[in-house]
Amino acid sequence: MHNLLPGVEGFMYPNEMELQWSVLIVLYPFITGLVAGAFILASLERVFNLEAIRPTYRLALLTALAFLIVAPLPLQLHLGHPERSIEMFLTPHKTSAMAMFGFVYLWYLLAVLVIEIWLEYRPYIVARAQSAAGWSRWFYRAATLGSYNLSPRALRIDDRIGRLITVVGIPSAFLLHGYVGFIFGSIKANPWWSTPLMPIVFLFSAIVSGIAAVLLIYFVYCLARGIPLDMPCLDAMGKFLFYAFLVDFGLEMLDLVHRNYEADESLKTLSFMVETRLFGSQIVLQIIVGTLAPLLLLGLTQLLSLTEAARKGLYATAGALTLIGIFAMRWNVVIGGQLFSKSFLGYTTYKMEFATREGLLPALVLIVLPFLILWALVRIFPPMLEYDPGRKPEANPALPAEPEA
Amino acid sequence: MSVDRRQFLADATKFLLLTGAAGQAWAFVAEGRPQDAPDYDIARHWWAMFIDIEKCIGCGRCVEACKIENDVPDEPFYFRTWVERYYIPARDVTSPRAEDHPKVDSPDGGRHGFPDIYPKEDGSKSFFVPKLCNHCAHSPCVQVCPVGATFESPDGVVLVDKDYCIGCRYCVQACPYGCRFIDPRTNTVDKCSLCYHRITKGLTTACCEVCPTGARQLGDLRNPADPIHELLRTHKVQVLKPNMATGSKVYYNGLDASVR
Repeated sequence: MHNLLPGVEGFMYPNEMELQWSVLIVLYPFITGLVAGAFILASLERVFNLEAIRPTYRLALLTALAFLIVAPLPLQLHLGHPERSIEMFLTPHKTSAMAMFGFVYLWYLLAVLVIEIWLEYRPYIVARAQSAAGWSRWFYRAATLGSYNLSPRALRIDDRIGRLITVVGIPSAFLLHGYVGFIFGSIKANPWWSTPLMPIVFLFSAIVSGIAAVLLIYFVYCLARGIPLDMPCLDAMGKFLFYAFLVDFGLEMLDLVHRNYEADESLKTLSFMVETRLFGSQIVLQIIVGTLAPLLLLGLTQLLSLTEAARKGLYATAGALTLIGIFAMRWNVVIGGQLFSKSFLGYTTYKMEFATREGLLPALVLIVLPFLILWALVRIFPPMLEYDPGRKPEANPALPAEPEA
Repeated sequence: MSVDRRQFLADATKFLLLTGAAGQAWAFVAEGRPQDAPDYDIARHWWAMFIDIEKCIGCGRCVEACKIENDVPDEPFYFRTWVERYYIPARDVTSPRAEDHPKVDSPDGGRHGFPDIYPKEDGSKSFFVPKLCNHCAHSPCVQVCPVGATFESPDGVVLVDKDYCIGCRYCVQACPYGCRFIDPRTNTVDKCSLCYHRITKGLTTACCEVCPTGARQLGDLRNPADPIHELLRTHKVQVLKPNMATGSKVYYNGLDASVR
C-alpha cells in the first residue's frame, strides 16, 4: 500500500512514512549558528583586540542576543507537549544530549551574553538613567541595577570582568553550537548524521553564517542611519568570512570524500539521494550557489585590488549567498537525514505545510522575529557609541543624537 | 442430545464462573487501565523474543492482534509490530552483492497478508520477517530521551511513560529499526510494550498468542526452565543490524543477510 503513496519510492519501514523533524528543526540549528557565529565575531575584537572590526562589536552582541531569544521557539512549537518541556530542567535525563540543551542555553544566555552586554552598555545605561525622561528614564534606572559608579577604577573592573566573560564565552559559544551538531552526529541509527565531524562542521558553518549575518546587518544599519560604512572593518570581516568559509568547506569536503572512500553499506542509498532528491538543495543551493560562488567573490576581494564600491558589492552579495548556503546546509542535514529509509531500501518526500503549527508560515515568522527584536534592541542600546574615543560615556556628545527608547 | 442433571450443573457452573471472570475483566477494560499484577516479581524476569523466520507464513494475524490488543491507531503508518516480505530474484540470489537488491514490501504492515505478486518456483528466494521493538539492553532510544519518559524496566522491557513524554521525537530518530511512531491522538511516542499488561500476569504477548505456526515465542531469559534457553542453544540465531550494538533481545532463526 505504501508503495502507492505519492513521494514514496522503494521500501520504507511502515512507521517511517511520516517525517519526524520539520522545517522548524531546520531553523533551530540555523538560528543557533547565527548566535554562536555573531558572538565569536564579537569576541575576536574583545579578546584579540582587533580594532578593525570594532564598529560591529556591539551590533554583533545584540544580534547574538536577538537570535538567542528566538532559538528555543521553533523547538517549543515542534514539541508534541510544549507544556511539559519544563521537565527537561526539572528531571533531565543525564544520558540525553538533548536534555543538556536547556542548561547550555541558559548558561549562554544568562551567564555570558546578558552580562557581557550589560557590562558593555553600563556607562550608557547610567548616562541615560540620569539624562532621559519619562518611561525610558525608569527603564534605564532599573537597568543600572543600582550601580551608578563610573569611576575609572569601576570601568577598569568592568572591562576586566567583560574580558573574562568573553574568554569563558568563546568556549561557551563553541559548546552551544558544537552541541547542536552533536545532537545529530551522535545518532548511530542514521548514517547521514552519524559522524564525529558533525559538531565541528556545525561550528565552522556557524562562524561563517554569523560573520555573514553581522556583515549584512551592519550594511543595513549604516544605510538606514546614513552612517558611512567603515571600509577597514568591512575588509577585515570579508577576510574572516573567506578564511572561515575555506575551513568550513574543507571540512565538509573531507566528510564527503571520507564517505565515498569508506563506502559503507549506506553509500549507495545516500549518493542516490544526493543525486536525486537533494540535488537542488545540496548540489545547487548549498555547494554551488551558497559555497563556491561566495568563496569565488570573496577570493576576488582578496586577490585583486578593487575599488571600494566594488568591494562593498562583492561583500554584500557574498554575505547573502553565504546565508542561503548555510540555510541549505541545515536543511540538507535535517530534512535529508529523513528522506531515506533506515532499511536503505527506499526514499520518501518532505511535504511542507503552510499555515499549520510546523508549516512554512510559522517558520517565516520565526525568521523575521529576531530582526524585530534586534530593531528594538538597537533602539534601546545604540550600537555605534564606540565611535566615541575610549568608551568614555561622561564625555559622550553622541547621546542626544541617539533615538529615544 | 439429552443433558443429564450432573452435566447441566457442571455447564451452568462453568458458565457462571467464566462470565464472572469476564465481567471482572471488563471492569478493568472499562476503567481504561490494566489489572494489577500483585504476584509479579519484576526482578525474576528478563524478557526476550524468539522469531523463527522458517515458520512465518506472513498471515499477518500478529499485526491485527497487536492493533486490537494495544489500541494502535488504525492507519497504515502506525505499527507496534509488522511483517515484511523479502523477495530476492533468481539472478540476484547468487550475485556477489545479493544483499543489495532485495525487493521488500509490507502492505498495511502485512496485516491482511500479502498479495501473490511474485512468480513461483523460478529460483528466487522469498521469506517473511516479523518486526517489533527489539527491547535492546543498550537502547539508543532510552539514551536520547531528554526527560527519561522512555525507559528500560528491570525485567528488560523498553517502555514509554505517556504522561511524561514531551513529544520531541528524538527517540524515533535514534531507533535504528523504525519501531517507534508518534500517536496522533496523544502526540506522544508509542511502541511495542511486549504486551506488558499481559506478560506480568503470566500470559504471552498478543502476537505470540495468535501466531498459528509458533513463529514468535516470548521467552524469559532469567527463567532457566523457559523453552527459549533450549531454542537459543540449538539454533543459529542472529539479531537485526548487529553492527548497531544495541543489545537487541529479539532473536531471529534463519535471518538472511539481506534483511535490514
